[in-house]
Amino acid sequence: MGAWFSENGLLVGLAALDGLSYAAAVFMVAVGLNLVFGVLRVLNIAHGSLYAIGGYSAASLGLFLSSRGLPEFLAYPALVVAAALVGALLGPPIERLLLRRMQDHEPVLQLLVTFALFMILEDLQKLLWGVQPVVSDAPVRLLGTVDIPFGADVIPFNAYQLYVLPGIALATLVGLAWFLRKTLAGRMIVAVTTDREAARAMGIDAAKVTLLTFTAGAALAALGGALASPTVSLVPGVGAQTIVLSFAVVATAGLGQIEGAAIAALLIGLGRSFAVYLEPELEVVIPYVIMLAVLLVRPQGLFGVAETRRI
Amino acid sequence: MTRTQELLLALLGAVLLLALAWAVPWLRFVLTVALAKSLAVFGILLLLRAGQVSFGHALYLALAAYTAAFTAMLIPEALILLPVAAIASALVGLVVGLFVVRYREIFFGMLNLALSMVFYSLLEKFYSITHGTDGMRLPPLRFAGIPLEGEFQGWVLLILAVVLALGFGALVRIYLASPMGQALAGIKTRETRLEFLGVPARRVLLAAYVLAALMAGCGGAVLAMTTRLVTPALAYWTASGELVFIAILGGAGSVFGPVIGAVAFELTRVYAAALVADAWQLILGSVLLLVILFAPGGLWGMGKALLSRRKIA
Amino acid sequence: MSALLSARGLKLAFGGLKAADGIDLDVMDGEFLAIIGPNGAGKTTFINMTTGYLKPQAGSIEFDGKPILGMSPRKIVALGIGRSFQLPQLFTEHTVLENAALAVAARSGIWSPFAPLMRPSIRQEAEALLDRFGLSPVADRRADALNEGARKLADIAMAVALRPRLLLMDEPTSGVAAADKMAVVETLVRVLRESRVTAVFVEHDMEVVARFADRVAVWGQGRIMALGDPQTVLNDPQVRRDVIGELPQEALHAPT
Repeated sequence: MGAWFSENGLLVGLAALDGLSYAAAVFMVAVGLNLVFGVLRVLNIAHGSLYAIGGYSAASLGLFLSSRGLPEFLAYPALVVAAALVGALLGPPIERLLLRRMQDHEPVLQLLVTFALFMILEDLQKLLWGVQPVVSDAPVRLLGTVDIPFGADVIPFNAYQLYVLPGIALATLVGLAWFLRKTLAGRMIVAVTTDREAARAMGIDAAKVTLLTFTAGAALAALGGALASPTVSLVPGVGAQTIVLSFAVVATAGLGQIEGAAIAALLIGLGRSFAVYLEPELEVVIPYVIMLAVLLVRPQGLFGVAETRRI
Repeated sequence: MTRTQELLLALLGAVLLLALAWAVPWLRFVLTVALAKSLAVFGILLLLRAGQVSFGHALYLALAAYTAAFTAMLIPEALILLPVAAIASALVGLVVGLFVVRYREIFFGMLNLALSMVFYSLLEKFYSITHGTDGMRLPPLRFAGIPLEGEFQGWVLLILAVVLALGFGALVRIYLASPMGQALAGIKTRETRLEFLGVPARRVLLAAYVLAALMAGCGGAVLAMTTRLVTPALAYWTASGELVFIAILGGAGSVFGPVIGAVAFELTRVYAAALVADAWQLILGSVLLLVILFAPGGLWGMGKALLSRRKIA
Repeated sequence: MSALLSARGLKLAFGGLKAADGIDLDVMDGEFLAIIGPNGAGKTTFINMTTGYLKPQAGSIEFDGKPILGMSPRKIVALGIGRSFQLPQLFTEHTVLENAALAVAARSGIWSPFAPLMRPSIRQEAEALLDRFGLSPVADRRADALNEGARKLADIAMAVALRPRLLLMDEPTSGVAAADKMAVVETLVRVLRESRVTAVFVEHDMEVVARFADRVAVWGQGRIMALGDPQTVLNDPQVRRDVIGELPQEALHAPT
C-alpha cells in the first residue's frame, strides 16, 4: 500500500482535484435537470444540449471579445452573460411552445419531444460551430496555476479549476437550497413540485412557475457548460455525453434531491477521474457502475423517498 | 380491422417492400436495415404496452450484432449466426431482466440506459478484442452453404428480414391479445390490482422483456450480416433513442407501427443525408416533433384516421 | 361456527400514529362483519395487514388455521382471501368485460401466450359475473368511463371472480350516489350470499350496517372499542357519542 501510494500518490492527488472540478460542472447540469423534472415531470433529454450550447456560446463570446482587443478579464463576465443569454433565449420558447402543449400527453410522448429537440439542437450546434474543436482558455490562463504541496511533491494545478468551478457550484448549491426553502418564489416551486393541483387551488400560477423554473434550469445547464468550456475543447457529441451523465447523477441521488445531487455528482465525478488516471479503460463505465450499484441496494436512489401508494 | 384484413395488409406490405427493392436496387440495403431495426422496435412496443420506456434497448441489437461478428469468424453461416445471436441476446435479456423488472418508469428507463452505456464503453475501450471505435468486419458469409455475394446476398438478407418481420409481427399481435399481453397493459394502469389478482407482475414484465431481447437479437444479427461492419455506436444511448423514436413515429397502437416507422425513418434519413449532409438529425428531429404534435398516433394512426374518414364520406 | 380468520395482538405504528394497537379479532365462517369507526382509526390498515400489503410490527394472523403473516399479497390471494379497495383498482384502459376476464383468467391460471384472453370459456364466465353484479349494460365501456357506483361494483366483481372464501371490502359504498346506495348494497349482499363468501366490510353508513351486518366491530385509535350484534353496538351510548358522532357528514344522510 505504502509503495503503491508513493508511486501513484501524485496521480491520486491530481485525480481528486480533477474530479472535484468535473463534479462541479456535472452538478450544475444535474441540479437543473432535477428542478425541471420536479415541475414538469419529464426528464429533459435536450438538457445536455443546453450545456453544450452554453459552452459554445461562452467560448465564442470570449474569442469575440479578445479579437476586438478588449481587456481579457472580460472573459469572466462573458461566461455568465453567455449562459444567461442561452437560458433566456432558449428556455421560454422550449417550455411555452413544446413542453406545455405536451402536458396532458402520455409520458413517453413528453420524453420523445425532448429527444426530438435534442436531435435538432445537436445539428444546430454543428451548423453554427462546425465540427472542429472550439477552444477558448483565457479564463484558465489568466488565473495561472497554484502549487499544491502533496507529500514530497508539488502539484501545479490551475486556479480556475481549483477555485472558480467548485466555488460557483457550491454557491449554486447553497443559494438554491436557501432559495427553495426560504423565499416565497422558492416555496411556490416546491409547492408545484409536490402537488401541482393543490398548488393551483391555493392560487399559485403553476404555468408561470413552470416557465420560470424551466428557464432557470436551462440557464443552470448553460452555466455549467460555460464554466467548463475553458477547461475542455468543445466537440460535437458533448451534449449527448453530458445528458447521460446527469441522468446517472440524478438517478443515483434520487429524484428531486438538490443536496443529494451534489453528493452524487461528487461520487461520480471523483470515480470517473480516478478511473481516468488509474484505469483509463473504465472511464466511461464508472458513473454507470456507481449508479447501478446504488440502485441495486436502494431502488429509489441514495436520498430518494420510497412511495407507498394509497389504495 | 379483422384478422384476415390484417393478414392481407401485412402480406401486401411485404410484396410492396420487395417490389420497391426490385425497382430501386440500392434501396434493398436500406430496407433490410429498416426491417432489422423494426424487429427491435417490436420489443419497444411490448414494453410501451406496460407503460415502460427502455432507453437502452439498442444493447440487445448491438450484443447480437457483435455475437454474430465473433461467431462469423468461426462459422460464417447465416443460418447459424441468426439463432446464436438471438439466443445470446435473449439470455442476457433474462439476466438483466431479472434485475430491471423490479423498477418502473424513469428508473426502468435509466437502468436500461446505464447498462447499454456500460456495454458501449466496454466495446469502445477493449480495443484488442473489439477494435474499439473502428469496429469489426464480418468475413464473407454463406447461406445454407451457398456463398453470399452481390445481388444474391442482398435478396437473401432482405427476404430473411421480411420473413422475420412478418413472423414476429404475428407473434406480437397474438401475444398482446393473450392474458399475458393484457396483463402487460395492466402493469401500466393498475399494477396493485394485478398483484391482488394473484398475478406476478414482475414475471409478466420479464417475459415481455426477454421476448423483446430475443427479437432485438434477430434484428442485430440481420443488421450485422447486412452492413458487415459492427461498431460500438450501435449500443450508444442515442441508438436506443432512435428505436423509441421509430416506435412513436410508426405508432405504438399497432404491430404495423414498428415496420412503417422503421421504413419511414430509414428512408427519411437516407434522403435527408443526401439533401443536407450535416443536418439529417435536424430533419429527423423536426419530423418527429411534427408527428408527436399533430399525429400522436403515429403514421399508422394517421393512415387509419384517413381511411375511416373516407369511409364516412 | 368456527373462526375463519383470527388476528391476535396486531400492532403497527406510522411514526407516532398507532394504526393498530393490539387488535384481536375472530371472523366467523359465513358471517358478514362490519367495521365502523372514525377516519384514521386504522380500519384500512387492518385490511392491508390481512392481505399482505402492510406488515404489522407485532402479532399474528391465521386464516383457516394457517399463519399468513409475512406472505405476499399474491400468496394470500391464492389461499382464498380477496379484497376490494376504497379507491377502485381497475385497469382503466381496459373495458369492464376485459377487467373481469383478466380476473377470471387469473383464477383459472390460463396463461398461454398463444390463445387470446377473450376465448369463449373466459368470456362466458366474465359475462356471467358481470350479469350477477348488474354490470352487463356497461360491459363494453372503458373502466375509466364509469360512475362511482359501477366502479365500486366492478372492483368487487374482480375480487369475487377469484372465488375467495373471505372477502375484505374497504368502504364499498363510499362515493356512491345516495340514491344508488341501497341498490348497490343489495346487489352485493345477494351475490355474496349466493357465493357463500364470508365478508368483512368497512362502512360509514349506519343504515347499511344495521340492515346487512351480522356483527359490528367498532374501531378507535387502532383498537377495537366494541364488538357485537348491530342492535346492541349501534345503540350503545358511548359508541353513539364517540364514533357515530364523529363520522363524516355524508354518512348521516338518511337513505331515501
